[in-house]
Amino acid sequence: MLRDITLGQYYRTESIIHKLDPRVKIIGTFVFLIAIFMVNNALGYAIAGLFLAMNIKLSNVPVKFIFRGMKSIFFLLMISIVFNLFLTPGTPILTVWKIKITKEGLKIAVKMAIRLVFLITGSSLMTLTTTPNNLTDGLESVLKPLKIVHVPVHEISMMMSIALRFIPILLEETDKIMKAQMARCADFESGSIINRAKNMVPLLVPLFISAFRRAMDLAMAMEARCYRGGEGRTKMKPLIYKKRDMLAYLVLGLFLVVCIIFGRILF
Amino acid sequence: MSIILDHINYIYDEDTAMAHPALIDVNIKIENGEFIGLIGHTGSGKSTLIQHMNGLVKPTSGAVYFDGKDISDPDFDRKALRAKVGLVFQYPEHQLFETDCFKDVCFGPKNLGLSQKEVELRAYEALKQVGFDDDYFYQSPFDLSGGQKRRVAIAGVLAMKPEILILDEPTAGLDPKGREDILGLIKSLHDEMGITIILVSHSMDDVADYVDRIIVMNKGKVAFDDIPKEVFRHRKELEEIGLAAPQVTYVMQELKAAGFDVDVDVTTLDEAKNEILRAFSK
Repeated sequence: MLRDITLGQYYRTESIIHKLDPRVKIIGTFVFLIAIFMVNNALGYAIAGLFLAMNIKLSNVPVKFIFRGMKSIFFLLMISIVFNLFLTPGTPILTVWKIKITKEGLKIAVKMAIRLVFLITGSSLMTLTTTPNNLTDGLESVLKPLKIVHVPVHEISMMMSIALRFIPILLEETDKIMKAQMARCADFESGSIINRAKNMVPLLVPLFISAFRRAMDLAMAMEARCYRGGEGRTKMKPLIYKKRDMLAYLVLGLFLVVCIIFGRILF
Repeated sequence: MSIILDHINYIYDEDTAMAHPALIDVNIKIENGEFIGLIGHTGSGKSTLIQHMNGLVKPTSGAVYFDGKDISDPDFDRKALRAKVGLVFQYPEHQLFETDCFKDVCFGPKNLGLSQKEVELRAYEALKQVGFDDDYFYQSPFDLSGGQKRRVAIAGVLAMKPEILILDEPTAGLDPKGREDILGLIKSLHDEMGITIILVSHSMDDVADYVDRIIVMNKGKVAFDDIPKEVFRHRKELEEIGLAAPQVTYVMQELKAAGFDVDVDVTTLDEAKNEILRAFSK
């Protein structure tokens, strides 16, 4: 069950997407997000979907692996669909007792579902193809302009990369703790919602303690190596744009233009 | 009570690029009252193996029988199985969560649906069995030393009255004194209460003194499964898979090579002492 969460994980393989500069991937993901919230019709979604499929194909990450991550947001997806479906006012197309499904509701529900799926798939593709280190470097570089207004860019990206790095570690830990408690006949799967929440205590307490301990150890290790923020820090491998990155930007720009023209203006 | 592992295969991360076999065709039979040492290098599959025994992990293929019944059967009571096959994990930090030790030990029996009185009785008994001091009963488990934490963790499983107790590296991270204490405690659980013990370790020295059967795992396969003496005869093979015979066997080898007439098959310190004394008195 826990192994299904792919958010923030890196999938090691060789591909053109893996080789791209992290800045391209971060900006690309951002552009993709803008695109899917801009487009307003089926053709637009089809274009976005096609673009996403092309990227997945190029990335060499198995489709199965990407969609395993979907399972964990299934609940969220369902909530969004149900609420939009039943609570949107408009022309009813189906009425059962007091519950109405409206044409507008159906439209919004489908739209939201597609957007959510695309959003998660797109952003997990970025983390799956970028190592946490690269991601931090990229993020720091992309956010650099904000330094002028005194945003602690380096610190933010460092925190983010640590958080990302800790996701798989804590997942593994959760798995171990769960097993240790199940060996003492703990039950995590049945009972009412309140009972289930109560049953999480034996899982959460060891997990939190371990997370705090790890955080403390990490802080100490960083301090021992004289880490004191981004001031004057240089990089061993500075990010340099290559030809393929420029090409990727070009493709991205084209994609955004096509999306806006066909997905919003023309139809 | 017996556990039979019948042609167990287990593959990690099946259907991803990271798929790799953790267990390959494992066949083991565990009888009532045995004291078994399960030895293997890190990543040899020993932890995965023991999780099959109480149904925490489902084999990719093959079957596990407890007392002649297939544990993957839909109407098999896995909760009862976990009470009968107690599994103590390597790090006590993974299971301690309550505000005091006594409450923590109560967790297992409470999950079995026993009455409050019975739960507390069992918890008290278990804490006494592991030689836990009364003074610490109502202390937070997080303030204890490594050895004491481990005792509480073992008591937490013992309180469910298991018939088979599996301990995953119970001595990892302990100093020599703490190590000996815990191993002695495990031995007394076996000798006095008749609990079947499976002791998982990567150190031969840990187990040689105590167990009467050794199972050696290597790369997901059972490499040896025999009495200690027989297993230690394969010194070369053991070294090849990153393990070693207990130190005393090496001492005896050297003595033999130096011209003393000693039996090189001894495995425990006591046996070695007697053997050396015998050789010298000749």
